[in-house]
Order: sequence, then C-alpha cells, then structure tokens
Amino acid sequence: MSISLEPTAYLLVAAALLAVSGVPGLLLRRPALGQRCGAFIAVCASILGECAIAGLFTGSPAATWQIDWTLPFGPALLGADHLSALFLIPLFLVTGCASVYALAYWPAGRQRGAGQLSFFLGLFTSSMVMVVLARNGVLFLMSWEVMAITAYFLLTVEREGAEVQRVGIVYLFATHVGTMALFALFALLCGDTGSFVFPAPHSLPSTVPYAAIMIAAALFGFGGKAGIMPLHFWLPGAHANAPSHVSAIMSGIMLKMGVYGILRTLSFFVAVPAWVGWLVLALGASSALGGIAQASGQRDLKRLLACSSIENIGIVFIGIGLALVGMQIRSPFLTVCGLAGAFIHILNHGLFKSLLFMGSGAIIHGTGSREIDRMGGLARRMPATALLFFTGSIAICGLPPLNGFVGELFLYVGAFRDGITDPLPLPALIVPVLALVGGMAVITFVKLYGIVFLGSPRSDGAAAAHEAGRPMTGAMALLTIGCLTGGMAPPLLLGLVAPAIEQYGAVPAGLVAGIGSQVPLLPLAAVNVTLVSTALAVAWWYRVRLQRSPRAVGATWGCGYLAPTTRMQYTGSSFSELAVNQLGAIVAPLRRRPSIGGSTFPRDARFTYGVTETILDRVLTPAFHGAGQAFSYVRRLQHGHLHIYVLYIVATLFVLMLWVH
Amino acid sequence: MNAIADQLLVLVMLINLVMLGSSRLIFCIRAVAIQGVILGILPGLIHPFSGHLAAITAGIILAKGVVIPTLIIGAVKKAHIRREVEPYLGFVPTLLLGALFTALSFVFADKLPLAPEHRDLLFVPASIATLLTGFLLLTTRSKAISQVIGYLVLENGIFIFGMLLTEALPTMVEAGALLDLLVGIFVMGIVINHISREFSSIDTSRLRALKEE
Repeated sequence: MSISLEPTAYLLVAAALLAVSGVPGLLLRRPALGQRCGAFIAVCASILGECAIAGLFTGSPAATWQIDWTLPFGPALLGADHLSALFLIPLFLVTGCASVYALAYWPAGRQRGAGQLSFFLGLFTSSMVMVVLARNGVLFLMSWEVMAITAYFLLTVEREGAEVQRVGIVYLFATHVGTMALFALFALLCGDTGSFVFPAPHSLPSTVPYAAIMIAAALFGFGGKAGIMPLHFWLPGAHANAPSHVSAIMSGIMLKMGVYGILRTLSFFVAVPAWVGWLVLALGASSALGGIAQASGQRDLKRLLACSSIENIGIVFIGIGLALVGMQIRSPFLTVCGLAGAFIHILNHGLFKSLLFMGSGAIIHGTGSREIDRMGGLARRMPATALLFFTGSIAICGLPPLNGFVGELFLYVGAFRDGITDPLPLPALIVPVLALVGGMAVITFVKLYGIVFLGSPRSDGAAAAHEAGRPMTGAMALLTIGCLTGGMAPPLLLGLVAPAIEQYGAVPAGLVAGIGSQVPLLPLAAVNVTLVSTALAVAWWYRVRLQRSPRAVGATWGCGYLAPTTRMQYTGSSFSELAVNQLGAIVAPLRRRPSIGGSTFPRDARFTYGVTETILDRVLTPAFHGAGQAFSYVRRLQHGHLHIYVLYIVATLFVLMLWVH
Repeated sequence: MNAIADQLLVLVMLINLVMLGSSRLIFCIRAVAIQGVILGILPGLIHPFSGHLAAITAGIILAKGVVIPTLIIGAVKKAHIRREVEPYLGFVPTLLLGALFTALSFVFADKLPLAPEHRDLLFVPASIATLLTGFLLLTTRSKAISQVIGYLVLENGIFIFGMLLTEALPTMVEAGALLDLLVGIFVMGIVINHISREFSSIDTSRLRALKEE
C-alpha cells in the first residue's frame, strides 16, 4: 500500500468526522437533507474507523499522538492498542447502523428534535472514541464527561414527559457520583506516578500506596457506568426512555466504556490484589442473576432489554473475574478462557443488544406503545422485523447457532476445567450460575418474542402495526449478519480478541493460538452451520408447503366459549408470574389486590401488578427523601432575595479577610 | 508620577462615595464612566510607555468610559426610570458605611504582606475600598440597574488590584476580564429587559416570586 496506514491518526480523523456529523442537521435549511448528510458522514467515519482497526490487526504500528495544550496536566497523549480496538469495533459498526436507522426512525422535519438528536449522537460517539484512545487521565475524564453529558441530552430528547425528566435526573446523578470516584482514582494515580499520563501496562506494583482505594474507586466509578448490580439503578429507566437507536448505542457501547475503564485501570498493575478477582466474580454473578431476574418480570419492552443488559454486563464481569482469579492462582488457561469469554461477549453483546433495541424501536414505531401486554400478532404485520428480532433473541439467550453462545462456551470450559483440575474448585461454582442465567434468559425472551410477535393483536395499535422503513430494517439486517457470522465462524471471533488477550493477560502467545484445540471451536462451527442450514431448509420447505396447500382462517378453539376476545390471551405478566414469584426477594413485585366490597353485589375493583426497581424505589428514593427532610432548614438560606445572596459573598469575604489577620 | 497616580486614586475613592450618596441613576452611570476613564489613564502613569500599554489604555477607556455606560444609559431610557427610589438602606447610612469601609480598607491594606514597591502606593486600599463599595451598592439597592452599576464598581476594584500585576499579567488575561465584564453587562441588560417586561418594574425584589417552594 502506498499510503502508510497509521491507525491512530485514522481513528482520530474518524472521531473528528463523527463529532461534526450532526452539524449539517443543525445548519442546513432543509432538515431532511441535513440529516442525510449527517448519516453519510457518520457512515464514512465508521468505515474509516473499521479500516483503521483492520490496519491495526494487520500489524501497522499505532503511533501515539499528542494534543498541544497549555493545560498543566502533562502531555495529552492519544494512542490505540488492541484493547482499544476491541471496544472500537462494535462502536463504529453500531454507530454507522444507528445513524442510518435514525433516518427512518426519527425523520428530521417530521419529528421534533431530530437536529438535536443527530448533533449529540455525533458528539456522543466521538467522545467515546476519545475515551478509548486517551492515554492521559485528565483527557480521559474530559472525554468521559462529554460522553456522560451528551448521553443526558440524547435521552431527554422528548423532554416534556415527566418520566423522561425523572430518569434524566437519576442518570445525571448516577453518572456524576461515578465521575467523582474517577476523579479520586486519577488523582491518586497521579500521586503515585507523578503524572496524569497513564502508566505503562503492568508497571505499577500493587504495593503502591492507596492501590486498594484506586481499584475500589475504579470498580465504583466505572462499574456504575457499566451498570453492575447495586449501581444499576439508573440504567433501566434511561435505556427505556431514550430513542431506540440511542438506547442501542448506550446499551451496546456506552456500558462497555465502564468495562473498558476497569480493564484499563487493572492493566496498570503488575498484579492486582487477590480480593479483586473474587469481588469482580461476585459482582458479575449477582448482576447476571439479578439482571435477568428483573428482566423476566418486566412489562415494558425496552425496560426488559435494559435489564437484560445488566445480565450481559454481569457475564462480561464473570469472564473478567475468572481471568483475574486465573492470574492469581497462576492458571494461564483460566485467564485466557476468562478473557476470551469476556472480550467475545463484549463484541457480541454490542451486536445483538443493538439489534434488539433497534428491533424494539421498529416495534414501537409500528405500534406506538412499549407495553408488551398490548402487542401480539406482529409477526404477520412486520415479518422482516420479526425475523431479525428472532435472530437477536436467540443470540442473546446464548443458544448455539448464534454468536452469543461462543463467549459463554469459553467461560463454561474455563470454569469447568479449572474446577476439575485445580486445587481451588471455587470458580467452577460459576457454571451453575451461568446455566441458571441462560435458562432464565430463554424464559424471558420466549415471553418477549411470543407475546409480541405471536398470537393475535391485543390492542388497536398492534392491529394497525406497519413494517419498519428500509433504513431501519437495513441497519438491523447488517447487525444480524454480524451475529450470524460470529455464530458460524467462532475462530473468527477468537481471532478478533486474541491480540487483546495476549496484550492484556500477559500470557504466552502460543496458548491463545492453541486454545482452539482445548475449546471445541471448529466442531461448534460445524454444528452451527448445520443448524442454520437445516433451519433454512425447513423454513423453505414449510413456505413451499404453505403456498401450495389451501388455507382457512378461523378463531382458535375456545373450549366452547362463544365470545372470546384477544385480551384473553396469555399476557407477558402471566407467563413470567412463576419466575417473578420465585425471585420475589430480588424483583419485589408490587401487587395491589382488589378489595371486593359491597354487601350483596360486588363493586368495581382494580388489580395492579408490576415490578419495582428494588434499589431505586425501595432504597435510594426513600433515603434521599429522608435526607431532603433532614436538611430542609438549609433551604431557608435560599429565599430569593438577591441582595442577601450578595451579602453572603461579602460576609464570606470579610471572614476571609479577618482570617488573614 | 506616583504622586499623580495617588491623587487619581483618591479621586476614584471620592467617586465611590459620590455614587453611594446619589439617587440619580444617570448621574451614577456618568460617575462610573469617569471612574473608568481614570482607571484607563492609571496604567500609563505607573508603567513605561509601550504600544501594548497604549492599546490597553485605549481599550479600557473605550470599554469602561464609553461603551458600557452608553449601553446602561440605553437600558435606563428603555425602562423609563430616572432614579433609585427605594434603596434597602438609606443614602446617608450607606454613605457612612462607605466611609467606614474605606477607612477599614486602609487598616487592612496596612497589615497585608505586600511587596515593598507597592507598600507606599494607594493602590491596595483604593482597590479594597472600591470593591467594598461595589458590594455595598449591590446589597443595598433594589433596582436592577443599580446592581449593574454595583458590578461595574466591583470590577473596577478588581481592576485596580490587577494593575499591581500588569507586568506579570499577559494581555490575554486583561482582555478576558474586560470581555467577561462586557458579556456580564449584556446578560444583565437582557435580564433587566425581562424583569421589566414580566413584572412591569425592574425591582429585583420581585424576583422572589420565582422561588420554588
């Protein structure tokens, strides 16, 4: 190649392009044209970014660039390595798809806020590229903050709704509490190394002062962004209320930025303390279980998907935890399996969760509702969306013909082999957790798909549903192809993450390359290809049979009952009632039983049933209300007298002047 | 040269008292304009001549002496007000307080650990006195326009202090401070307009109605 492909420079150009991609939408007089220009720029940036990553994989050395700033925080270095690339692959792919998807989902000119949406979406994705490339703590925090704030503006596009305002505030609170921990992290790091520039990987001995505090701050700050279980309270509401392509990026990519932060921070240390691995493992297990438990009871389509993101982040954390435990008990095999599982799941989740969120957007667009129990029979009305959503659902359940299984296979094999051969069999306990999570994911998504797409419409909106526009189905189809490719060619996925594993885990190169002999990747590929081709063949045969044979349309047999309505079908709540009741401790279902009063004839009664956000509704909100009451006297200081406010300043100044004396 | 500078600073402090004692807004604005012009001349007296200095002097005189006063007078005419009618604290008490603050600032400046070359000049006491006058105007007057004048006087006080550091301060910082002020005046102008439109008066005490209960 005549042009030398220096990956970092290309990535920076891609980030700059993304940042300006929303500007035409704001400036051009014809909003639709502006939006199309913006989508074109974003797609170009995505292709450029993917090419740069391809360059990184083919061995072009990535340079480190420096922003020439005059701020006193040391040189602002930007660099790309394989760990960054791992997060950039899904980022660029999903960004490109989302900006095309938005053309039909949120068309400028017909829907308000399209200009704002595409402007902040560009800034948002660009800042995430910068987060991944930054090699200076302050630059990292700046990009991090831009990411957090633009996400707020994205999710509050429909700012009139009371619920949107509430989740926006909760999100802002959560993200800034996390950022506070990150300030502590980077300040302590600077205290140890003498500079805000990131230390070289594996260069910081864990005996440096405050190492434990640094790691704890990273787990708190980044973990909150990733949405691990006790800190996930902002996540379901935020994802549910954002526009669907924004939810796709937030869930598929932004949560991973938290994972990236933790991985990057841990990579500074020569060896992390023993408790970190177990803690990450425990957090992962609790998030996976708790997340899917919450998801199983949800009635809101997007809230369900959001809770399932918590579960998937939990699986990623389980992988990281296994790897850390493996490093600590000196089992390179466990390390490689854990990292491979986590990294592959990061890629996969970015694909299928974005696909599902975009699919949910198509459903909402078609039916005008997010309520699962109001839908039904959409497979007939939106066949393309139904097929794509089906593929995504299989992938997210971690079932074999698709990519979701590949990552989990590594975790199973790693934990099992370790459990059998090593003196410390504790990691093997993660296997039943993973199996339970997988099973519950199947229940959840069978419910979701079955209630939404099968049966008869339960409302007029669902009955009048229409298929999504071309840009939407096209974007989803691209992601589906990604999922299918990953499922049918697992060695390809391993190849994508192998350099990152070698760099991150500091394990011998041969081990990663040879893992294929210990983890049955090729047999899996063969099984998957067979399964997919069989499914396709059966579907084709069924279609042909269907077209040839005569069809009659009639009502379902109702056991002789003569006046059935579509509302008599199984609802999502009834489907998951057993699971929710078993998990009452986590989900805390809210029931209001009807009281049937009246002496002879019963009066009207209502029965409500829903799932609460345990942490947010039962812990945080009461706690903050209590704090607000306890400190209500402080409010007297804020009385609205402008002059007295100035007097406060004068008084402070006077006190300070006296202090000097 | 220093003697002239000191006399000018005394004039600045006298203008402070004039502003505290006067109820006529236009008169106050003119006084603050004169104060600004004096402040513009001052750097020329204490520093050797240079192109940079001339530019700064011209810029300050233009901004503080012409542009900002014109803007405020425009706002006054638009809002149809001539005088500050009901200050929170009467004119005589504020005048007395101003005198007290001026005296205190001399005491305070005396106790500050200043560099020897700044010790004999009036810069520090004049600066603190002007600063406190600004605060006094801000806290005791109720009309929004008087508050803008208060901010201006406050900024003048900071400016006098900054003059001690002119050699250390790059032009950028000075320009930045001046720009801040200009923007602040614009914002206040907009706020005044809105207050006047919303409450049909520019009494800032009406702003209490905006408080969230």
